[in-house]
Amino acid sequence: MRDVAVVGFAQRQMPEFDGSPTCVELLVPVFKELYEQTGWTRKDVGFWCSGSSDYLAGRSFSFVQAVDAIGVIPPVNESHVEMDLAWAMYEAWLKIQTGEVDTALVYAFGKSSAGVLRRTLALQLEPYTMTPLWPDTVSLAGLQARAGIDAGAWDERAMAEVANRSLTDAEKNEHAIRKGGSSVEELLARPMYADPLRKHDCSPVTDGVAALVLAAGDKAREVRERPAWLTGISHSIDPMGMGVRDLTRAPSAQRAGAALDLGGVEVAELHAPFSHQELILRRELGLGDDVVINPSGGALASNPMFSGGGIRVGEAAQRVWSGEADKTLAHATSGPALQQNLVCTLAASTEGNQN
Amino acid sequence: MSRTLQAPVTVAFDYTRSTGPVVGRFLSGLRDGVVVGARTSTGQVVVPPLEFDPVTHEATTEFVEVSSVGTVTSWTWVPEPVKGQPFDRPFAFALVTLDGADVPFLHALDVSSPAEVTTGMRVRVRWAAERVGHINDIACFEPLAPGEAAATAPAASSSEPVTGVVTEVSLDYDYAASPEESLFYRGLNEGRIMGQRCPTCQKVYVPPRSACPSDGTPTAEEVELSQTGTITTFCIVNVPFLGQKITPPYVSAYVLLDGADIAVLHLILGVPADEVRMGMRVRAVWKPEEEWAYSLENIDHFAPTGEPDADYDTYKHHL
Repeated sequence: MRDVAVVGFAQRQMPEFDGSPTCVELLVPVFKELYEQTGWTRKDVGFWCSGSSDYLAGRSFSFVQAVDAIGVIPPVNESHVEMDLAWAMYEAWLKIQTGEVDTALVYAFGKSSAGVLRRTLALQLEPYTMTPLWPDTVSLAGLQARAGIDAGAWDERAMAEVANRSLTDAEKNEHAIRKGGSSVEELLARPMYADPLRKHDCSPVTDGVAALVLAAGDKAREVRERPAWLTGISHSIDPMGMGVRDLTRAPSAQRAGAALDLGGVEVAELHAPFSHQELILRRELGLGDDVVINPSGGALASNPMFSGGGIRVGEAAQRVWSGEADKTLAHATSGPALQQNLVCTLAASTEGNQN
Repeated sequence: MSRTLQAPVTVAFDYTRSTGPVVGRFLSGLRDGVVVGARTSTGQVVVPPLEFDPVTHEATTEFVEVSSVGTVTSWTWVPEPVKGQPFDRPFAFALVTLDGADVPFLHALDVSSPAEVTTGMRVRVRWAAERVGHINDIACFEPLAPGEAAATAPAASSSEPVTGVVTEVSLDYDYAASPEESLFYRGLNEGRIMGQRCPTCQKVYVPPRSACPSDGTPTAEEVELSQTGTITTFCIVNVPFLGQKITPPYVSAYVLLDGADIAVLHLILGVPADEVRMGMRVRAVWKPEEEWAYSLENIDHFAPTGEPDADYDTYKHHL
């Protein structure tokens, strides 16, 4: 298999974007930033892949419009997934593995604030017995949180600890839209929202875009002294029904993690849109107390739909580029209550590349 | 003035789906006031039934009637219900394992505060008065007091097997135009046709876009375009369709406004359809000013100017 690294990352996040759902206005400066990071022009990018959904903001073919931000004369090699940026990255990684291209730029965009995000996401549920009830994202997460509390797998204090650490770490992240930790006691004193969830247990509705650059072998080494090599990448999915799996677990996250060598991971960026989901993921991935979790503040600090998972990859890659860590882990999720999970490892060395 | 034009938009569609034999059996049961599950290869009774066994992947065939009374295994409070949920006031969603089933099933629970719900409480199905073979034939779950039994469902109006289901989906958005689209529509509201020029390739786009699709450069320079142009290509519409505003036959044409590099699609009137031709010179005919809005419909149609036809070479690169 070819050695492939993450060598570029840029993002824009905000509570409400006052502009078109195509987000071209945000993508143009993000691409410019990536051309500066890599020293490339758009003609050096072998493959493009985007992640988005028209349902989010009600604009048809928004991903076709978004291609304007690339500029497509001469034509570009381009694809799209109705999934998070992390899965767009997976497609690009596969494309590079085929040998057809050596480089890729993957991007995602979403204007969640245009509609009612937690309601819109009911459209990804089973269409006969779930969607007609419009079970919103927060309610489905609340059912999961309660199941774990009742089973003794976690408690409200453990959830508040996750939120407090995330909001404290987010103070150092200029892109976070919710930040400022206080104390576990203070968080627990706040009122319930969707009992058993308080508002700080739920990621904020976020608009934004993000993009990653991938490159193989020497192409990656030309861009960065310490490329973040994708030494392992795996994803898996659980059944959609809320009744047919143990909600206190995420078997697909466990399976994705078990396919990789997670030994030596120093930092893990976990895509947990609800506080208790971080606790599930740490258990399923077997991450010990010595692993630094979500130094960016994670999804509780900002979670732009379609970028939130890929941003975890970018944050984990940055820690490798900077020399802060030799091996990091990134995780992305999709679907209700951690239904689908992607895990990858990023390392300063290509040794032990499992791909 | 806000930076961009914004307006409410609703996107709605009724999804009509065939059910297949397994979901159809479940929904037929609900219509008849019975909850039907199915047994998996591991012996578990699952409600709603799975179409295929999760282990063997064989089609589901063994159906089991379960009770409409059960036990709450998890619940969450819904403080701010969204449109289409079973209640428009605060309520609970619950996972309920019905007696005779082994796994829980999601539906609403009618209680007025979180204090009225506990995991482990007994609940029963409240049947909808009118049942058609839909998940909403169950109105909700309701608390079951000690000594109370299952609710009886009123008789159903049909006994035919349910084979299809209609799910209404309607999504409300606060839709924003891009700054460039806002420029275009604000211009139309003032009787002007606005475009933008790409600083890299000098092409003029109308409507303007956030970036030049050829080279990805943001287009900044505003250009007011001429009200006259050339028909580059056209079609005669003879086929009626839903929502059609003009009686066929009529001509839809691409009009390349003088000074623009992209043609706009519009209606051609003031000339018999069979006389419209490539190269014909046309002019925008506006509606009365009191009818103007932020819309391309402010231009009622394009009509011939009477000038000689444009030379093919003047528009051959814009076909």
